[in-house]
Amino acid sequence: MTTIDTKNKPEGSGPAAAAPLLEVDNLHVEFRTRDGVAKAINGVSYDVSAGETLAVLGESGSGKSVTAQTIMGILDMPPGHITGGEIRFHGKDMLKMSKEERRKIRGQKISMIFQDALSALNPVYSVGFQLAEMFTVHRGMSKKDAKLKSIELMDQVRIPAAKDRVNDYPHQFSGGMRQRIMIAMALALDPELIIADEPTTALDVTVQAQVMDLLAELQRERNMGLILITHDLGVVADVADKIAVMYAGRIVEQAPVRELYRQPTHPYTKGLLESIPRLDHKGRELYAIKGLPPNLMRIPSGCAFNPRCPYAQDVCRSEIPPLHEISVGRGSACHFWETVMEGEVRG
Amino acid sequence: MGRYVVRRLLQMIPVFIGTTFLIYYMVYQLGGDPISAMFGDKGADPVFVRQMREEFHLNDPLIVQYWYYITDLLHGDFGTSFNGRPVADELKRAFPVSIRLAMIAFAIEVVVGVGLGLLSGLRRGKFVDTLVLAGTLVVISIPVFVLGTVAQFWLGSEWGIFEATATVGDATWSQLLLPGIVLGSLSLAFVARLTRTSVAENMRADYVRTATAKGLPRRRVVTRHLLRNSLIPVVTFLGADLGALMAGAIVTEGIFNVDGVGRLIYLAVTKHESSTVVGAVAALVMIYLVMNLIVDLLYAVLDPRIRYA
Repeated sequence: MTTIDTKNKPEGSGPAAAAPLLEVDNLHVEFRTRDGVAKAINGVSYDVSAGETLAVLGESGSGKSVTAQTIMGILDMPPGHITGGEIRFHGKDMLKMSKEERRKIRGQKISMIFQDALSALNPVYSVGFQLAEMFTVHRGMSKKDAKLKSIELMDQVRIPAAKDRVNDYPHQFSGGMRQRIMIAMALALDPELIIADEPTTALDVTVQAQVMDLLAELQRERNMGLILITHDLGVVADVADKIAVMYAGRIVEQAPVRELYRQPTHPYTKGLLESIPRLDHKGRELYAIKGLPPNLMRIPSGCAFNPRCPYAQDVCRSEIPPLHEISVGRGSACHFWETVMEGEVRG
Repeated sequence: MGRYVVRRLLQMIPVFIGTTFLIYYMVYQLGGDPISAMFGDKGADPVFVRQMREEFHLNDPLIVQYWYYITDLLHGDFGTSFNGRPVADELKRAFPVSIRLAMIAFAIEVVVGVGLGLLSGLRRGKFVDTLVLAGTLVVISIPVFVLGTVAQFWLGSEWGIFEATATVGDATWSQLLLPGIVLGSLSLAFVARLTRTSVAENMRADYVRTATAKGLPRRRVVTRHLLRNSLIPVVTFLGADLGALMAGAIVTEGIFNVDGVGRLIYLAVTKHESSTVVGAVAALVMIYLVMNLIVDLLYAVLDPRIRYA
């Protein structure tokens, strides 16, 4: 697949360099529990290149976080089982690698930023210790050097008075500062890819923008790939290059960010866009997609979205729509994508 | 922190006075005349009895007797028992034995208990876990005197793996090994279960997932991140238990003929030796209080979120 991204590509990045950094290919993951099998991911494919930001959008339970955890190799197995597909990093399938090989990728090549920094940071160690750990364990640095590097990192993510705060504990920081520490930790070893799982969801709205800008800026500077997982369409618009919309463990629409906003080709995406509150529609009732996300143990036959879809026909209840290619880098898993595309976005 | 310690030390004073007075009162209420008890069936010379009662302040009201006792105690004088031996000597003899016994039990409890707990917590639902759960349940259900006598008979007498009894006077480490294991077994079961629950719970904690995502080796994730956090509740239990191990060894000490504090108190109670009973219990109360303080301070070290104002 060709990448659409053109932002700040380093010089000399020819067609060879445009080969994706990470490719998720037809991934299937299920959770086997006592109550039954929940099919969390049912054939997800996406790719990210260096310097590119892919936003993965979806409700809770759509499989966006499970995909990320599978890429990181931190999925709880059991109950999770990978039942098919490949995750290629630099063309090599990580699912076939040994545990030790995968561990060496984690943190060094691919790192992750979690949603709630307060619970994601260890409460009994100072932030300095938790940052320094990256250098002492992976790089064999002395504790003293690692601490200096930690302070440097904290400066880079703009934590004021980093030198004085390096020995403070996570609970002594504000939410925004804690998330900056998470970002610093993810950046520590100059990874090639960062997965940010709802990095701003737990933050105040005013702080959200700051943290997001910081993340986007650092990503540009270092030409990293970024997978941004979110359910917030507002966050996505400014920073993402392309978007993958997930529903019930499938990608229902994939598109460059501007095209998706302008002309959604899947009823679900359209519904999401229409349910964004807009100032010029003040006083009107806010649109909401009717119904609830499906139970992953009983995903509806055919298109999983059909019970909630205003466009649904008989074929939607019997046949799973494939991801139709609309143009380069653009696809929709809807039988009636052309009809959806023609319709205007209400709101 | 310093102010907190001082406040806690000051709080120990009323607790100390309250507990010693209660014990004193209870022994007083046991009734029976300790002087006549010394003479058994022969009966004593009333003049001598009167003289003794005077000497030991036995005719004074309870509160006055207690006052005499506590002022002496604060001067480091534990008093003399009715047969004329200083109580302090008795304590000096009995406490080291009990402390040694408690140390053995404690070491076993910590090493084996935490080890088993970690193992079963990491492999929750697997065979090892089931085995540990069943095993600890058995240990918890069996009364100490059954466990003690069975262990003594098989491990001590029949198979001769351990020494079956201790010498009165000065018990050696090797003689205390089997009683130590028996004494520590119950606490061991509790520690194992507590650690297991704590580990299993923290395994799903976000920060453990973060540690894995950082690419740390599994060993480091478990010891530095998982175990460190999981041990906080266990340490609390261990601290309180160390006091209980010293005081609660009466049955075990009885079975293995260990001449420790438990036995001293037991004998003193049967002989109405109030000053010995109160002295020994007062010393135990002090140990309890100090252990509690140490645990609370350790808590602040283990968990920086706890701040003492």
